[in-house]
Amino acid sequence: MLDQFDAVLLARLQFAFTMSFHIVFPAFTIGLASFLAVLETMWLITSREIYHNLLKYWMRVFSVAFGMGVVSGIVMTYQFGTNWSVFSDVAGPVVGPLMAYEVMTAFFLEAGFLGVMLFGTDKVGKGLHAFATYAVAVGTLLSAFWILAVNSWMQTPQGHLVDPDGRIVPGDWWAIIFNPSFPYRLVHMVIAAYLTTALVVGAAAAWHMLRRRAQGESRIMFSMAMWMLLLVAPIQIFAGDQHGLNTLEHQPIKIMAMEGHFESHAGGAPLYLFGLPNMEEGRMDYGLSIPKLGSLILQHDLNAAMPGLDTVPREDWPPVPVVFWSFRIMVGIGFLMLTVGLWSGIARLRGTLHESRWLHRAALAMGPAGFVAVLAGWVTTEVGRQPWVVYGMLRTADAASPVAAPAVGTSLMAFVVVYTLIFAAGTIYMLRMMARPPHDHERGPLRGQPQHAAGIMPGGAAAATSGPELR
Amino acid sequence: MILDLPTIMAFTVAFAVFLYVVMDGFDLGLAILFPFARPGDRDTMVNTIAPVWDGNETWLVLGGGAVLAGFPQAYAILLPALYVPIIAMLLGLVFRGVAFEFRFRSQRRQHWWDRGFVLGSVVASFMQGVALGTVLQGVTVVDGAYGGGWCDWLTPFSVLCGISVCIAYMLLGACWLIAKTEGHLRDDAYAWARKLVFATLAAIVAVSLATPFLLGQYWQRWFEWPTIAVTGLVPLLVALVWLALLRTLAARRDRWPFFLSLALFALCFAGLGVSIYPDIVPGTLTIWEAAAPEKSQVFFMTGVILLIPVILVYTGYSYWVFRGKVGADAGYH
Ligand code: HDD
Ligand code: HEM
Ligand code: HEM
Repeated sequence: MLDQFDAVLLARLQFAFTMSFHIVFPAFTIGLASFLAVLETMWLITSREIYHNLLKYWMRVFSVAFGMGVVSGIVMTYQFGTNWSVFSDVAGPVVGPLMAYEVMTAFFLEAGFLGVMLFGTDKVGKGLHAFATYAVAVGTLLSAFWILAVNSWMQTPQGHLVDPDGRIVPGDWWAIIFNPSFPYRLVHMVIAAYLTTALVVGAAAAWHMLRRRAQGESRIMFSMAMWMLLLVAPIQIFAGDQHGLNTLEHQPIKIMAMEGHFESHAGGAPLYLFGLPNMEEGRMDYGLSIPKLGSLILQHDLNAAMPGLDTVPREDWPPVPVVFWSFRIMVGIGFLMLTVGLWSGIARLRGTLHESRWLHRAALAMGPAGFVAVLAGWVTTEVGRQPWVVYGMLRTADAASPVAAPAVGTSLMAFVVVYTLIFAAGTIYMLRMMARPPHDHERGPLRGQPQHAAGIMPGGAAAATSGPELR
Repeated sequence: MILDLPTIMAFTVAFAVFLYVVMDGFDLGLAILFPFARPGDRDTMVNTIAPVWDGNETWLVLGGGAVLAGFPQAYAILLPALYVPIIAMLLGLVFRGVAFEFRFRSQRRQHWWDRGFVLGSVVASFMQGVALGTVLQGVTVVDGAYGGGWCDWLTPFSVLCGISVCIAYMLLGACWLIAKTEGHLRDDAYAWARKLVFATLAAIVAVSLATPFLLGQYWQRWFEWPTIAVTGLVPLLVALVWLALLRTLAARRDRWPFFLSLALFALCFAGLGVSIYPDIVPGTLTIWEAAAPEKSQVFFMTGVILLIPVILVYTGYSYWVFRGKVGADAGYH
C-alpha cells in the first residue's frame, strides 16, 4: 500500500519534471517558427538582405531549440504507457487517436520540411524554401491544436461514454475535440508562445544595443518584439480572464484553489493579493485582500455569492498553495509584460525606442519571463486539476502503472541527471549564438563548415578560417 | 485471413515500426560506426543524415502512438513490462539527438558530444533489440494488466536480440555510407560492411534458432502445415538476398548494398510477423481482443488512409532534395 503510494508520487514527479522540461521548447519554437515565416515573407516581398540575415540568424537558434523539443517530446508519448498504463488503458480509446492525429498532421509535417528549411537554401528555389518554412510553422501550430485538445478534454471531458468494463470510449468526436475549455486554452497557449518568443528576441536585441554593437538587424528585431508585446500582452490578459471564467463554470474547485477561497462568501468574495494558504486548518493565513473584488472579477457583481472549499470534500481538494502561488506568478508576469509593452509604445512615440537604455535593460531582464509564466500557467492548470487525471472520472492515484517504486525512482533520477546536463549545455549554446549580433552575410545553420573549409587538419582548420566564428 | 479493421491497424503499426527500424536504423548504425571512422570523416558522416534524422525518429512516435490509439490495452500491458528498456532507449535517444546538434556548436567539447552520440546510439539500439526480445519471449499478464516484475525483461535471449540489432543497424549504416559518400570514407565503409554481413547473418541465424523454443505457438507456426509453406520461403529468400548483398559489396556497386540490406530487414520483419500474428501480446492477447472500440478505430484509420500517403510523398521529396553523394568538404550551406 505504502509502496504503491510512493510509486504514484514518483511517477507524478517524473511526469511533471519531463513535461515541464518539454514545454519550455515548444513554447519557444511555436513562436519562433512563426517569426521565421514572417521574416521569410518580408524577405520575399522586399528583397532586403537585412531580413535574410535575420532569418539565417534565428534559424540557427531554432535548430537547437527544436532538437531539444523533439527529443523531450518523444519521451512524453512513451510516459503515458510506462508510468500511466491504467490511464492508457482506460482513456486510451479517446486520447490515443487524437495523439496519433498530432503525429500524422503535425510532427511529420515539421520533420519533413525541417531539413529543407535548415539545409536546403541552395538546393531548392526561394519559393519552395518559403513553403518549407510555412510548413514548419503550420506544423507547430497543429501540434499545439491536437495536444491541447487532448489536455483540454482531460480537464473538461465531454462527448464520451463509459463501457461496461469501465473504459472511457468515444461517443462524439466533434464534442470531444471541441470540449468547453479547448478554444480558451488554445488561444491562451498560442499567444503565450508568441509572447515568450518576442521576449527572447527583444532581450537579444536589447543586449546588442546595450553593448552598442547593434546594427540595423538588431533594431528591426527590437522593434518587432516590442510591437508584439504592446499589441498582444493586453489580448493575453483578456484571454486569460475569459479562460478563468470558463474554468469557473467547469472546474469551480480549481478556481477556489487559485483564489485561496477556503470559506464560502455569501455576500461577495474578496480578492486575495497575498497570503499563505493553510491546507491543514483550511484557512488563509496572513491574507491581504480587497473586499468583494473577487466576486466582481469572476461574477461581474460585487455581492455575488461564492462557495469556497468548505463545500467540497477534502479528498477532492487540489494542493492549494501551489495553485494559489503559481497563478499569481503568471498573472504578475503578464502585467509586467503589459508594462514593458506600453513603455515601448511611449518610447516609440517619442522616437527614443532605440536609445532608451532603461527600456533596453527592462527588455533584457524580461528575456526569460515568458518561460516562467508558461510553466507557472501549466502548473496552475495541472495541479489545479488534481486529484483527477481525467476530471471527475479517473483519479491520478488510480491511473498509475503497476511498476515498483525503485524502478520509477531510478528512472526519475536518470531523467534529472541527463536533462540537467543537456539543458545546461543547450541553454549555453543558444545564449552564445544570441550574444553575437546578427550582421551582413549571416551564415545559416551550417554543419561543421569551418572544420573542413581549410581541409587537411581538422583541429587547426577552424582557427585558420578568418570568417566569423561558428558556434 | 480476413481484412477487418484490427488487421489493417495491425499492419499500420507494423508498417510504422518497420519504417522506423530501417530509417532510424541506418542513422543509429552510422553513429555506432563513429569510433571506427577517421576523425576527419565524422562531420561528413553526420552531414549525410542531418536533414532527415528528425523525420526518421517521428516514425517511432507514430509506432507508439498507433499502438496506443489502436490497441490501448496492449500498450498498457507492454510498456510497463518494457519499463527499463524503453526508458533507457529514450534516454539514449535524447542524448544522441542533442549531441548531434551540440557537436557543431562547441569545438572544445566536440569529442565529448561525439562520445555521447555514440553511447546514446548504442544504448538506444541495444534496448530496441532487448524490447523486441522481451515481447517475443512473452510477458506475465494478470487480470488484463502487467503482472511481472521490473527486471523480467533481462534474459539471455533478450540480450542476444539486443546485440543482434546493434550489428544489423551497423550494417545498414555502413551501406548507407557507401551510397552517400565517396573517397576513403566510402572505402572504409566497404571494409566495415564486408565484415558486418557475416556478423549479421550469424545474428539472424542465432535469433531464428532460438525463437521457436520460446513459445509453443512459434514452433507450430514455423514447422507445421500450412504455415510452413510461407515460413519455408523466408529463410530461402534471406539466403538469396544475403548472397546478392555479398556480391554487390565485392563488385562495389554503390547503391545496391543499401537496398539489399533493407530487403534483408524486411524479410526478418516478415519472419517475426509470421511468428507473432495474430497476437499483439504474444501468447496472451490477440489483436481483436486488444483493439480499441470501433469509433476509435474508424477515426484513427481515416487519418491513416488520408494522411500516410501524403506523408510518404513529402518524406520522399525531402530525401530527393538531398539525394546524391555528400562530398568531404561540401556540407550544407
Ligand atoms: C506568457 C505566458 C502567460 C501569461 C502572460 C499569462 N498566462 Fe495564463 N496561462 C498560460 C500562459 C500565460 C499557459 C501556460 O499557456 C496556460 C497553461 C494552460 C493554458 O491553457 O495556458 C495558462 C493558464 C491560465 C489559466 C488556467 C485555466 C485552467 O486551467 O482552466 C488561467 C485562469 C489563466 N491562465 C489566466 C491568466 C490571466 C488572468 C493572465 C493575466 C495576466 C494570464 N493568464 C497571463
Ligand atoms: C505543457 C505543460 C505541462 C505541464 C508543465 C504539466 C505539468 C504537470 C504537473 C506539474 C503534473 C503533476 C501534478 C501534480 O502532481 O499535482 C502533471 C500531471 C499530469 N499531466 Fe500535465 N502538464 C503539462 C501538460 C500536459 C498535457 C498537454 C497533458 C496531456 C496531454 C498532460 C497530462 C498530464 C497527466 C496524464 C498527468 C498525470 C499525472 C498527474 O496528474 O499527477 N499534461 N502535469
Ligand atoms: C503530455 C503531453 C505531451 C506529449 C505526449 C507530447 C509529445 C510530443 C512529441 C512526441 C514530440 C516530438 C515529435 C517530433 O518528432 O517532432 C513533441 C514535440 C512538440 N510538442 Fe509536445 N507533447 C506534449 C505536450 C505539448 C504541449 C502542451 C504543447 C504545446 C501546446 C506541445 C507542443 C509541441 C510542439 C510544437 C512540438 C514540436 C516542436 C518542438 O519539438 O519544439 N506539446 N511533443
